[in-house]
Amino acid sequence: MRRNPDPPSRPGRDPDGPRVAVVGASLAGLRAAEQLRAAGHAGPITVYGDEPYLPYNRPPLSKDLLAAPGAVTPAELHERAAFRLRARVADVEFRLGTAVTRADLERAELTLDGGETVRFDGLVAATGLRPRRLAVAGPANNRFALRTLDDCAALRDALRPDARVVVAGAGFVGCEVAATARALGCRVTVVEPAAEPLLAVLGEALAAGVRRHHENAGIAFRTGRCVTAVRAGAVTLDDGTDLAADVLVEALGSLPNTEWLAGNGLDLTDGVRCANTLQAYGAGNLVAVGDVARFPNPRTGDGVPRRVEHWSMPADTARRAAATLTDLLAGRAPDPTPFRPVPSFWSDQGGLRLQSFGAPALAGAVRIAEGDPDRPADGLLATYHRGSAHVGTVAINLPPSRQAPLRAAFTAAA
Amino acid sequence: MQIVVDLSICQDHGQCAIAAPEIFHMDDEGHLVYTAEPGAALREAAEDAADACPVQAITIED
Repeated sequence: MRRNPDPPSRPGRDPDGPRVAVVGASLAGLRAAEQLRAAGHAGPITVYGDEPYLPYNRPPLSKDLLAAPGAVTPAELHERAAFRLRARVADVEFRLGTAVTRADLERAELTLDGGETVRFDGLVAATGLRPRRLAVAGPANNRFALRTLDDCAALRDALRPDARVVVAGAGFVGCEVAATARALGCRVTVVEPAAEPLLAVLGEALAAGVRRHHENAGIAFRTGRCVTAVRAGAVTLDDGTDLAADVLVEALGSLPNTEWLAGNGLDLTDGVRCANTLQAYGAGNLVAVGDVARFPNPRTGDGVPRRVEHWSMPADTARRAAATLTDLLAGRAPDPTPFRPVPSFWSDQGGLRLQSFGAPALAGAVRIAEGDPDRPADGLLATYHRGSAHVGTVAINLPPSRQAPLRAAFTAAA
Repeated sequence: MQIVVDLSICQDHGQCAIAAPEIFHMDDEGHLVYTAEPGAALREAAEDAADACPVQAITIED
């Protein structure tokens, strides 16, 4: 656990003002603390994190940090991935290695894993995700998931040249880990229940092109298959075939960490259900940010609340949620201006850089605007449509100077 | 306010040019071009760009 020693007294701060507890010390929790200060919240802020590390950037865990040569300690990995702490959050208290086990919203009280209880006036849910694990028994050693810095450090040690690596799941993390492991000289097989990797996001043509790109790099795919048994050195697939596996990486998507909020009458079906202001339904001074926030985005036009697991969302949701919470704590009604963030993701995987704006997964039709889906490395642009609406854009290996105009074109159309 | 970009870790994602086009843009060769001292009025834009950088290559110094 680390506390900022003797937080400096700063102009505009009110140590007796409303106390905000931010639960979760990753990107969303950090941005929430920064944005609370930016929104004028003057009272104390405490950020609770179950990992022992100050906030760090997770995307490199499946790429640069996983591949960084030589023996590297978790502390050295953290040094490379840590977010800078702005002066604005110098008086924010970070309680690390401290999980919040439950929240009692009526009593405005959190229980910490050591049994301590702490009071709050305003609460930010920023607890993010944990990897979904394979529901298959078997020896636990050499089975990995990848979410935290410690996960990355453990997997690094296992990805030795010529190691036989099975990656279960061909989403972004699965494809990125497969590409990194292959570049490290591992013999990699990806097992994916759907017909193609990244199928739900990219659609069939692009997904098949991405698969062929990875196959050309030496990665084997077993699509339409899943792992049904795990034993030392091997896995069995649902068609009965065995694959040698020195390493099994479980990249099967994620689950939102909301159990600590149970028992408060909230809708915790797939995240914390929020209004467009990011205030949780059924709660007073509770907002949600980042991967756990399930909110309706007017941009999608269907009113359906969704979680968005993209790296861009913590910053966008933190800004809005901080403004909402600051208003609530000051006894004001939250600003009703519609919150319409543009989801955006990128993924670097073995010579492909995918960049997306919007929500291509919501599309019914894909139009190839430039390039050949069979050769995505040469540059590809696709637009995604639902009815007459342009709901997303995906670019692969297009020049960086194209990104801003592509985003502008998407937001103008959507 | 001084913008510093660690070009040894910049990977040309171009997200800064989206967040703060007044300060950053990508030239036709795909390289980052930016105004090192954009003036205090652009602080918020500069911070947005620093936040948006996927590899966190941008720092703002006072």
